[in-house]
Amino acid sequence: MAELLLIARVAGRRIAFPAAAVEAVVELEGITPVPRAAGHVAGLSALRSRVLTVIDALASLEFGRSAGLREAIVVPSDGHTYALMVEEVEDVVEADAPSGPVKAPLGPGWDRVATGMVEAEGELILLVDPHLLIAGPAAHAA
Amino acid sequence: MDELINDFIAETRDMLQALAGAIVAWEAHPGDRERLDEIFRFVHTVKGNCGFFDLPRLAVLSHAAEGALAEVRAGSREADTRLVNAVLAVIDRIGELVLALETGEALASEDDEQLIAALATEAEAETAVPALEPAPPSAEPEQRKSLRSIRLSVDLLDRMMNGVSDAVLARNELARRLRDAPRNVEIEAAFERVSGCIAEIRDGITRTRMQRIDSLFAGLPRLVRDLAADLGKQVVLEADGGDVELDREMIEMIRDPLTHIVRNAIDHGIESAGERAAAGKKPAGTLRVSARQAGNQILIEVADDGRGIDGEALVRKARSAGLISAEQAEKMTAAQKTALVFMPSLSTAQEVTAISGRGVGMDVVRANIERIGGVVDVDSRASQGVRLCIRVPLTLTIIPALTVSAGGQIFAIPRSAIDEILRVGGGTVRIDRVGEAEIATIRNRRVPLIGLAGLLGVEPGAARDDQKLILLKPAGGDVYALAVDSVHDHEELVVKPAAPAVMAAGLYAGTTLADDGSPILLLDPSGLANCAGIRFDESELEALLAPVAAAEAARETTLLLFRTFEGARRAVPVALVERIEDVPAASVRRSAGKLRVALGERILPLAGCEQAPREGKLRILRLTDGVSELAYGFAEVIDIRAVILDVQPAPAPGEVGGVALIDGEQVETLDPYWLFAAYGDTGQGEGIDQPVCALPEGDPWMDNMLRPMIESLGYRVVAAREGIVADIWIQSSGEEEAAGAGGKVLRIRSQPDDAGDDSIYRYDRAGLLSALSGAAKGRANG
Repeated sequence: MAELLLIARVAGRRIAFPAAAVEAVVELEGITPVPRAAGHVAGLSALRSRVLTVIDALASLEFGRSAGLREAIVVPSDGHTYALMVEEVEDVVEADAPSGPVKAPLGPGWDRVATGMVEAEGELILLVDPHLLIAGPAAHAA
Repeated sequence: MDELINDFIAETRDMLQALAGAIVAWEAHPGDRERLDEIFRFVHTVKGNCGFFDLPRLAVLSHAAEGALAEVRAGSREADTRLVNAVLAVIDRIGELVLALETGEALASEDDEQLIAALATEAEAETAVPALEPAPPSAEPEQRKSLRSIRLSVDLLDRMMNGVSDAVLARNELARRLRDAPRNVEIEAAFERVSGCIAEIRDGITRTRMQRIDSLFAGLPRLVRDLAADLGKQVVLEADGGDVELDREMIEMIRDPLTHIVRNAIDHGIESAGERAAAGKKPAGTLRVSARQAGNQILIEVADDGRGIDGEALVRKARSAGLISAEQAEKMTAAQKTALVFMPSLSTAQEVTAISGRGVGMDVVRANIERIGGVVDVDSRASQGVRLCIRVPLTLTIIPALTVSAGGQIFAIPRSAIDEILRVGGGTVRIDRVGEAEIATIRNRRVPLIGLAGLLGVEPGAARDDQKLILLKPAGGDVYALAVDSVHDHEELVVKPAAPAVMAAGLYAGTTLADDGSPILLLDPSGLANCAGIRFDESELEALLAPVAAAEAARETTLLLFRTFEGARRAVPVALVERIEDVPAASVRRSAGKLRVALGERILPLAGCEQAPREGKLRILRLTDGVSELAYGFAEVIDIRAVILDVQPAPAPGEVGGVALIDGEQVETLDPYWLFAAYGDTGQGEGIDQPVCALPEGDPWMDNMLRPMIESLGYRVVAAREGIVADIWIQSSGEEEAAGAGGKVLRIRSQPDDAGDDSIYRYDRAGLLSALSGAAKGRANG
């Protein structure tokens, strides 16, 4: 069976996350800021009795900060649960073909988080590892 | 050991269950070799295990059955019906014995010899025993009421715990919606029931997370043996208190620090046999590890009888490392010098050894203990040994905390680190700006001040004068004041670790959820101090000197102000309040002549209410005198204030001891002494006839530190003057005898080193308590 992809929009681009890494898509209700945390940490939110660490995908790419976003994908990673704020969640689709490497430079930000590209719905889409977005820019530098 | 026995019981029972089929099959076909082997293995295993546990009856039975079965296996004997029956009878008896072991009851049937004799061959049996009578089956059902146990995976327990947390939050949300909706008595009643069920389940699940500390101690004998052998020392380990229960996560968190302390004690503390002999000690050193529960804390003590910590060497090291000045070194007491062992990058070991010198020092041990909200204290006596005491909260997940706000956001602070809460504009606090730093002067004591909002980089929501100061003492030292916009409430919070990206900020200890389901960050008091750049060397020393500084402060009491059901403003010393809790009205009953409230598995006498509330919740203060507890119902908390009390006594003894002026309003102060005497389950009512303790006047240490302790033991404290009669006289070591009538004299010295006059060191709490309570008892009996 072909890989399932969750298509979302970040920084105006369509990107694909492996659907297996995503637990749910939620509408965030209120974000508690975490003063002095890393820049890509937008704050905390709650999903039932769990605390979600909200990650600003835009800030993780070092493209600035998002404002007023509500939609997020829930990604469990290393024992904690994260909510990755994106501009829009489109749909879950099947990949038309297995993913392959991108042989051109993707530009700053994208280079760090992309794992390849994948064809779906007749279009080439950048495949992004949500865990790398969660780790944030500092982890890459270290 | 008990743990192992339980394992043995569970294992044997599992095997018996699995064997049931084999037994039936073997009965039908005695020639079935496979079944025979299976049964043989069972009795063989049981035999092996019982040798280990010293269970003679089981051992004899299984040995006999094994012998008979071995003969069959070797082909020297036929498995006839007689033998099969006999073996089955033995196996049944093993099952009964194991069950009896589990329930702790004695097993009635004593005819083991008959069973064993029945195993004998027919020829041997000729001369022996009457035919075997089957055990009376009627005994069976009663025995089945045993405490049954099963083994569960920890994962499953964690999932259940999460599920219950979910349920609690869902309940809270439903409660909120119900409050907003039009009243419907039937729905509310149903909700109350659900609510009660959930609370009960949570209690149960929480208990499943508890584990005996045995499992922590189990590895110590081997560790001690190996270390001692490596170092060529002789060490005797004494472990005590293994039945104390602790959250199993907590046990894991303590494992490494404890191992490290034990390594240190054997490596650096206990001397070689030769050295010990030269010092006139037994050649074998003793290492005592003990655990006990005290309130909602667990105390773990590791004591050795080695050479002790060389305080002077520590001071020299700290001096040469530039951590303290000569002046500071001069002023330090022995205890303060010993406490230097916790400073980073100090180790007294002459050279790094393979055992404990791996760059991990006592500072790391302390940091690890503090991370879980614990405290480490050290007490050392030259050439007598070192006693390290670890105090940790009972559970990792639920901690008492204070919620505060800064810049419009709510944060929680672990209550264990809070010393005192003060109002900035209250006159007790003076704030000076020194360069860019702020220093708060609170009753002659200067502490660095951190503005929480400023530290977090948010706009403060209140001017400095309207803010509250929280005097924080992160475990181990570093007293500082934290300015917050406002203080909200004391709460018991379920804390979970935060994501690494959040922890990286260095300010937070975890996250928790408020009643309305929104996340709250738990602040890490030592992290805040580090982030604010409060310098360790000075503030730490200040903390070390704190007992002296505190003693100079005026006599002030921290009070919890609250409103009673009748609307009266009352106050009670915070030190007496164990916690504030909401209990369902249904748990309050008038029983055995008093109102009582059921809390979990305990029943506490309830004061402060005339009658049981009919519905809803009752808010109670749980007051403790250190021994017994009682509940005091009240309507709402007003504030927590530190004030110099000037109480006008009430005309007659009663619940209210007097009235004081706080913030220009009359506040009735509870008389905890009367309350405990009247309501407490002391059983004897002896308290009314109060023993008297005479205390020298004008000694700040005695007034501030000793007096509350003496009073908590039920003494009435009077000033030591001529002509008064007291049961016990307190006296500073080296001072002249007070001229008083009757009673025993208790000398207290300010230095830990023995003064040779049976005095007790002032911080030897256990020694003081036992001397004081001994005197009280002496009176009760006399």
